[in-house]
Parts: sequence; C-alpha cells; structure tokens
Amino acid sequence: MTDARIPVVDYLHLEPEPRLSALQCDSCGAQFFGRRNACASCFGAAFTSRELPSDGVVQTYTIVCTAEPGITVPFIAAAVDCGGVLVAGNLVCVEPDPASISTGMRVRLALTSLGVDDRGVEAVGFGFEPVK
Amino acid sequence: MSVDSDAVYVLGIAMTRFGKHPDLDTIDLAAEAISSALGDAAASMRDIGVMAAGNLMGGSVAFGQEIQKHVGQTGIPVYNVANACATGATALRTVIMALKAGEADMGLAVGVEKLAGAGLLVNPAAVADATSWTPSGRLGGVTDVEGLIGTTRNMPGVFAQIGMEYGNRYGGTSFELFARISEKNHAHSTLNPLSAYQKRFTVEEIMNDVMIAYPNTRPMCSANCDGAAAAVIVSGRKLKSLSASQQRRAVKISASVLTTDPWEAGCQVLPNINTLTRNAARQAYEQAGIGPQDLDLVELHDCFATAELVHYDNLMLCEEGGAVDFFNSGATWRDGVTPVNVSGGLESKGHPVAATGIANVWEVCHHLRGEAGERQIDGARVGLAHVIGLGSACGVHILEKVAA
Repeated sequence: MTDARIPVVDYLHLEPEPRLSALQCDSCGAQFFGRRNACASCFGAAFTSRELPSDGVVQTYTIVCTAEPGITVPFIAAAVDCGGVLVAGNLVCVEPDPASISTGMRVRLALTSLGVDDRGVEAVGFGFEPVK
Repeated sequence: MSVDSDAVYVLGIAMTRFGKHPDLDTIDLAAEAISSALGDAAASMRDIGVMAAGNLMGGSVAFGQEIQKHVGQTGIPVYNVANACATGATALRTVIMALKAGEADMGLAVGVEKLAGAGLLVNPAAVADATSWTPSGRLGGVTDVEGLIGTTRNMPGVFAQIGMEYGNRYGGTSFELFARISEKNHAHSTLNPLSAYQKRFTVEEIMNDVMIAYPNTRPMCSANCDGAAAAVIVSGRKLKSLSASQQRRAVKISASVLTTDPWEAGCQVLPNINTLTRNAARQAYEQAGIGPQDLDLVELHDCFATAELVHYDNLMLCEEGGAVDFFNSGATWRDGVTPVNVSGGLESKGHPVAATGIANVWEVCHHLRGEAGERQIDGARVGLAHVIGLGSACGVHILEKVAA
C-alpha cells in the first residue's frame, strides 16, 4: 500500500496546495492548457507555467444527461473564469439541477478521486464546488 | 439584373429527401442528388470541369472518385474535402474558387451522409483502461478526461454551453426560450416535403422530451438522417453562352466566404463560434454589397436550439446583444421580417453532415427562383446560407435572384 497520488492532467498540481496552472506565452501573455508547439496568438515558442487562482466565476454550464458509453451521467460541464483565464471543469458538490446552478455563481477548485491503480496509486481529478 | 461575366452562379442544385433511406448507400444518394442537379442545370457530366466531394463519416479516402465511377468518369480533378459540419459549404467554396481562378467554367459540388439511427455523434475516444495511471498526450492525462473535465466531445453539451454563455453575457435566455426556437423550426418543416421530420411540436412537448444536455432536449438537437445535396456552379462568362431559360433560373453567388477562429482568450477552452461567424458575415455582406436588413430569408446552422440564438447576433440580423428580443419579436418566423430556417433547419429538416452546407443553399435558391411551393417566401430576392463546423470552420454564402 502506498499513498502516492497522481494528478489527472499535468496542469493540476497537488502539492503544496491544490492549484491549476496554465502555460503563458513569454511574448504576448496568451494562456493555454496542454503542450503547445507555438503560441496561437503571436506564434512565439517560449512559455512559462503560471499558477491560476483557485476561485472563479461560472461563465456557462450544461447538465449532460446523455453521453457516449462509458461516460457517467449526469455531469455538470462548465467553463469557469479564474482570474481572467477560462478553465473547463465539472461542477461538483452541487445537484445536477438547473435550480441549484447559475451562471455568475462563485466556485472554487476542489479535488476528486478517480480511483486507485494496480500499484496503489490514486489518480486525482478536479472540479469546482460552490463557495457557500 | 444581367449576367455578370466576373461573377459565379448556381446553374443547377438539388437535394434528396432527408430521412431514412435504408435501401440506398452513400453513392446512391450522391448520384441521385447529382443527377437531379445536372437535370436542373440542363447540363451533363461532360460539361463539368472540376468537382469537390464531401462525406465525413463514411470512411472513404477517395469518395469523389467512387462517385465518378457511378455518374461519369471524365478525368477531371476531384477535391475530397472535410471540414466537420462545414464540409458541404467547403465543397461548394472549393468549386467556386476553381471557377474564380479561371481553371474551369463549370463545376460540381456534392455532399452526402448516412446517419439515420446513428444516435449521439461523438469524436473517437482515446484508448483508456490501463492498469496503471500513466500520463500521456498533450495534457499529460492519466485517463480519458471526457466527462471528468467538462466536455469536448458531447456536441449537445458543447453547444448548450455556447447558448448559456450568451445568456450570461446579455441576459434573457431560459430553457423555455430555447424550446420556443425549436418550436419554430419544427413548425416550419411541416411545409417542407423533403424534411426528415414534418411534425409540429408544442413548447411543452419539446421541454418534456428526453433531456440530452440541459437545456437541449432531443427535438432541440439536429436530427441525424440520411441525405445528399449537389450543386452545379457556372462562371458568368460561360452562363452568357447558355440558353435564356438557364440564365433565367441561374442564381448569383454574391458572396462566398470561409473562416476559422482567430485566437481569442478562452477560445480553446469553450469553442468560440461567434467571432468566426461574425467575421464571415462581415466579409460576405461586404462582398455582396448588401446588409443584413436586405435579406429575405436566412438558413443558419441550428445544430442545436441554443446555437440558433447566438447566430442571430453573429450574422448581425439584430443589434449586438439583442438576439433574445429579436426572437421574441417574431422576426425569425416565416411571416416575420427575417425568416430563419423556413426549411425546418437542422433540428427538423435534418443534418446529414456533409450535405448540410449545400442543402441550405438549395433551400435559399428554391425561394429565389419562386419554386418553393407552399413554403415560398413571397418576393424573395436575396438570401443567406450559413454553416459552422466545430473546430471551427464557418461558411457563409449570399445568393441573389438574377431574373427580374
């Protein structure tokens, strides 16, 4: 048994505090998730990882009720503004009911467990939970 | 209006009935549309100098050539094109570019899809189910993140977010508002004998149907179906040498535009289908020398009810931020100031993906020629056809009546 953890994507950081990061273009400041060959905005090729605030505001959402096989439904897919950077993520710790969700809602980063593999390593996902 | 040598024209255009065609394969459907379009043009494959073909889901790597083997092999170049839901418009635009470049004086564009009963369409998933979590790919993901980090593959969900984002910016949207947009398009299709669905639904029926991705219920999603559409395009120079009846029925392509997303913050997180549509519309109005107020009808890409709303704004049919009021005024019903999707749109007429960008041009031409029967928009002289392929590609064509 080990308590090793691995983030679901490389822009989620678990230590010391859970944080998301974006790659920021050194030339123009455009921000991206995932490896880039060059900046889509200014074509520069140098990037620096930048931490994002963990608090955000829901810009839009949908409640996905019908999905391809293997995807657990319902889930609330959202786009959240975290300090001026739009981040995709599920809303968690809230009922998948339009009466419980609204655009403009304040949320914060929350971790989720995706299960443990054969080696005992836990994959850690993230979502956004309402700020009470 | 006389024939302009430097312009290009639709000489013949046709679509098959959209719906279920269990006994016809993609080549049958494409051949039927081509044969009807050639008949409509009073032309033959011998007249065609260039061809572009689209079939997104069929898996062929040389579909245009496969069609040629069943409609006529004359040795002309074929461009097999793919551009998501803008594939048909891309085929059309490819032919138009070849004619404008002077490489041919008559060309054929065709799009076909067989999707009846396909259910929810998704892009292929990454292979998952490893026995140990191992980061891979550009996100360093340890598993397929669809459904874990929002959605990129669930089209009803992606377009739901796009409609809800409009509501967040400007206000006034609701589940019921989006359902009423769907009500309009289903009501329109009752007059279209080629539509996959020709059934009117009440708002209550639409809202109480199966929820796919809130706020899009099943009748608010584009209808998967089989269908094909084809167009014969001719240069003005060539058209001048054709018969009076061919000239009379020809429809001028006053604008043909294809755009992609310019980079904007957030556009790789939530697809921005607004800016590229607005850019395409602006270029199209400039090319055609007309404004949105001049349009007698619009066929726009209502792949979901939530998408139709934002395109009222993107195509500048209303003031910026005014799409909700514009719809609520009744403007986009067939008796309104700017009828939108009088064919029934993708939600009701259907969306055989690669055929859509030619079929909506057919709908506009049908009205401009005064041949739309019961659903004719009286006195229609100018119309616009719009498609979006997520990724994204936006095609806009403006069509104008030639004959007085």
